Amino acid sequence: MCKGRLEKIDDQRWRIPMDYKPGMRVEGIVYTNEKLLQGLLKDKALEQVANAAFLPGIIKYSLAMPDIHWGYGFPIGGVVATDIDKGGVISPGGVGFDINCGVRLLSTGLFYEDVKNKLEDLINNLYHNIPAGVGSKGQIRLKLADEKKLLTKGAAWAVENGYGVKEDLEATEEYGRMKEADPDQISKRAYERGREQSGTLGSGNHFLEIQKIDTIFDEKVSRQLNLSKGQITVMIHTGSRGFGHQVCSDYIKLMLECLRKYQIEVPDRQLACAPVSSPEARAYLGAMNCAANYAWCNRQILMHITRGVFEKCFRTSWEKLQMNLVYDVAHNMAKIERHVIDGQQKQVCVHRKGATRAFGPGHPELPSRYKAIGQPVIIPGDMGRNSYLLVGTQKAMDETFGSTCHGAGRVKSRSQAIKTLDQRDILRQLQEKGIRVRTASKQTICEEAPQAYKDVNEIVDIVHNAGIARRVCRMRPLAVIKG
Amino acid sequence: MTSKFYELIEHTADIGLRVFGKDAEGLFTNAATGMFDIIAKKKAGSGQPKTKARFFDIELKARNREELLIAWLSELLSLSDVHKIIFNRAHIQQLTPKKIKARIGAERITEHTYQLNTEIKAVTYHQLKIAKRKGRLQAEVIFDV
Repeated sequence: MCKGRLEKIDDQRWRIPMDYKPGMRVEGIVYTNEKLLQGLLKDKALEQVANAAFLPGIIKYSLAMPDIHWGYGFPIGGVVATDIDKGGVISPGGVGFDINCGVRLLSTGLFYEDVKNKLEDLINNLYHNIPAGVGSKGQIRLKLADEKKLLTKGAAWAVENGYGVKEDLEATEEYGRMKEADPDQISKRAYERGREQSGTLGSGNHFLEIQKIDTIFDEKVSRQLNLSKGQITVMIHTGSRGFGHQVCSDYIKLMLECLRKYQIEVPDRQLACAPVSSPEARAYLGAMNCAANYAWCNRQILMHITRGVFEKCFRTSWEKLQMNLVYDVAHNMAKIERHVIDGQQKQVCVHRKGATRAFGPGHPELPSRYKAIGQPVIIPGDMGRNSYLLVGTQKAMDETFGSTCHGAGRVKSRSQAIKTLDQRDILRQLQEKGIRVRTASKQTICEEAPQAYKDVNEIVDIVHNAGIARRVCRMRPLAVIKG
Repeated sequence: MTSKFYELIEHTADIGLRVFGKDAEGLFTNAATGMFDIIAKKKAGSGQPKTKARFFDIELKARNREELLIAWLSELLSLSDVHKIIFNRAHIQQLTPKKIKARIGAERITEHTYQLNTEIKAVTYHQLKIAKRKGRLQAEVIFDV
């Protein structure tokens, strides 16, 4: 896309006009800055923002968060809402294959001085206990009937089975459970793929990180969250593993048929979709919600293992170590939500493909502990820079269907990273910063190198300045497990 | 099976393959080879315990050849994930633009047989196209990794 086609709205927003491509039903709005925009013009990410604007029933605009990069069908960092009452569609490609890929953040009562001599021990034990990497298997094996219970209950199944406590659920988006999950909409193959993968981290950009809070931006909110400078946190990033990948594959195939059946034209087959009210879309929602529950259960189990490792290392209970869940957010989901559109409450289907829900203060779906401050938003960066905790805002409700960015966003392809970077150099650079890394694959070191990502600090500056999330504090990595 | 039958396409977040084949059969076989070369590398060396070959009979249908290619790769990928195997041979018995029937052979992934490199989550339909170029068939496929 050439820059001349974009209209600058303000310092954080650019518009892709509706006449950019015949067939766009709304305009595109891209949250970025002048510098990052130059990079965006080089690949097809902005084209994908325009393509998503073709979806029937789309409301207001096709949105892109500042960590936007070229995906498949939708851009990564894309947000699209459709009007269910006006034939609005749901697109499995607008959720992605890793359904409910997301992040959770645990706080601890520990400070850097408490862990500095134990970091090696901690990371080695975490690496030993958390199945990571391509093809890794978890410890949980369930009969079909129990698997269905897991898919219906999500993180609550994990808690019922001893992996955590009820308070964890209150600190999880949707309380860790999509109620409309329907295990009968799951294929045999998806069950097979998911069977051995509960309680696994996966590979690629999935990680577990021990971090230290290095900057407090909002003292008041930090205090309310019991967070202070120097405190140790743990972040876990993973999703629904092979189970979710199969659900998405199954339903994209079905939705290709729907394009013909409902006479929908989209510029990319990966945008295959169906009206939310159609039986095919209902089936997808039931299946997608199962995958979302699988993912929440997965992160809950991994957190439980993490607590266990800390308990052994510090020879005391996780409760005494105050290892509490701050929050867990999804960043690949489609949800039926209520939003105010042109002054009226409407039920809409919000797709967040590489974007985080960021509900503002007072939202009825937030638990009481977060009603006053807004929903915690967790933004992981790359393994050499920072990660952030933010809170959702009313402006996000007004402008972005209560959404914000989800991470740093890739800038270098994996093959480019492997070709141009040396894993020994990267490990040395990380070591110089005091960051320990354990990984199942050496290739991952290059693929996931800080140089392959945009600077998360810049991304968070944009969402903060645009007002679609507010900075609370910043963490820096101390020890990282990569899949 | 060598890399001259396919090449990698640059993609910011994911991995793409440009696959070539003298005919549709070659194209489907080379696409599978390319996909599994991204996932894993066969370990060299002798004295390693041999794993028993496994065979699967596959029959798939789709609306057109492009969607059939994605169905084919998706099926191989998900079988590989379920059974922890790498497919290393394919005998295509029947291939029309809407149907494929094949017997495929696989080897179990163990620490001795394969070095696993990249987890492919799924095969996408993004930018999917099959075209004839310089007397050969060419396809482009993007994988979600």
